[in-house]
Amino acid sequence: MIRLIDIYKEYDNGTKALKGINVRIDDGEFVFMVGPSGSGKSTIIKLITAEVAPTEGRLMVNGYNLNNIRPNQVPYMRRTLGVIFQDFRLIEKKTVWENLSFVMRAVGSSNREIRRRIPYVLELVGLAQKADRYPSELSGGEQQRVAIARALVNNPSMIIADEPTGNLDPQRSLEIMTLLERINELGTTVLVVTHEKGLVNRFAKRVVAIEDGRIISDETGGYYNGQTT
Amino acid sequence: MARRLNSGYYISEGFHNVFSHGFMSFAAVCMIVACLLIMGTFTLVAVNLEHMLGELERENEFLAYVDESYTREQAQTLAGQLEALPNVASAAFVTKEEAQTSFLQGREENALLVELPSTVFRDRFRIHVKDIESMSHTVEQVEGVEGIAKVSVALGIAQGFVLVRNIASGVALILIAILMIISLFIIANTIKLATFYRREEIAVMKMCGASNSFVRWPFVFEGLILGLTGAVVAFFLQWGVYQLVCGLIDQSAAMGLVVIIPYVDMAFRILATFAVSGLVIGAGGSVMAIRKFLQV
Repeated sequence: MIRLIDIYKEYDNGTKALKGINVRIDDGEFVFMVGPSGSGKSTIIKLITAEVAPTEGRLMVNGYNLNNIRPNQVPYMRRTLGVIFQDFRLIEKKTVWENLSFVMRAVGSSNREIRRRIPYVLELVGLAQKADRYPSELSGGEQQRVAIARALVNNPSMIIADEPTGNLDPQRSLEIMTLLERINELGTTVLVVTHEKGLVNRFAKRVVAIEDGRIISDETGGYYNGQTT
Repeated sequence: MARRLNSGYYISEGFHNVFSHGFMSFAAVCMIVACLLIMGTFTLVAVNLEHMLGELERENEFLAYVDESYTREQAQTLAGQLEALPNVASAAFVTKEEAQTSFLQGREENALLVELPSTVFRDRFRIHVKDIESMSHTVEQVEGVEGIAKVSVALGIAQGFVLVRNIASGVALILIAILMIISLFIIANTIKLATFYRREEIAVMKMCGASNSFVRWPFVFEGLILGLTGAVVAFFLQWGVYQLVCGLIDQSAAMGLVVIIPYVDMAFRILATFAVSGLVIGAGGSVMAIRKFLQV
């Protein structure tokens, strides 16, 4: 569960990115966070992943109070999240299997657990036959599915996807979003940050719209008619 | 999920990283080799200089003349008293006849000198000291021994040796310290460059919940491997350069007096010093370089 209560964020250069955000995302939800570039969406992701700290307000993520979390607790908090980036951020010199196994090793999994879990996750994202390929040998859509597999491999309670379809064509974007919906149906909370109104409207989920650092609407089965950039 | 020690993974990742980032690894090893070679060369020059000065010091002696009223037997008993002095390494008794023979060597054609009676010379002791810096104090002690009439010493030469040795040691130490600081700076920057190239990889690891130690250890092992490789390469290159210089010195008649310590006599110490330096520089450089990128 995520709770942002009266969150303000001002960067060192004086930019006021967030101006009093209040959001609650419960376990098992599928939420789209939408808004134009510079509206504050990425700052919310950075706050949730503890990359930056709020200037003001209270922030809870999966039972961790990020207002006073100790630095050595941050990795444990992040293990409850799976993050997917627009540019995939796969390690080019590692195979698909290695890209997934190192994430499992980071949390202390044994070789046996790794051998059992990775085939299941690759099967889930439809890449069971490409475990020994390098990212450069895969298409954009396949690379994003590897990134989703990586986010899932440690069985997090929540997936955060930051513009996951930004680098993909409409057909691949639809496939990725369908995959995320399926993952949500299996019990994982999903937060998708995007400004692709076509996709958002097609799935009819909860939509939190942000503009100029403020929430302007929060509706289940909502509709997004904002400007794409 | 139980937390397990990943040492096998860290080591294999360290090796994997060395080969998968081949060019940066090569650059880092070259830097380590260059720095160790420069420092090693200066150190070997300093060690040889110290050795040569030590040899010259050991040859530095002074003479203590025995009172003429002493019989030869009485004079010889003074050896025990002289050798009992703390800084005296040896006190060799030289009879007046031996002194005359020694004096006439090379002067055989000078009739005036050849005809000199041996009574012109005195029985004496040729004294070597342990520490040349305390020579003047030792001379005073020898003068105080009953039966020693006079001491003949070139204190200026002894003090000259001490001065040269102190200056040489000081200059060598300062140069080695400066070179070491420069080397560390260059190597840390080389490794930082290699790490900067992989900052995205580190950021991904951190975002996936990797702890700082999980990210750091493969880099540390990588640094250790690079440092040790650099040390071994530098050791053999240093050997080659040293042998080359020794050969040139041996061929040069003008440098016939220079006594060089054979490399094999110092090989183990050089290898150990290079290995420890390489490991410290490699691991230390990695830790220093990666610290900034862990702030994710």
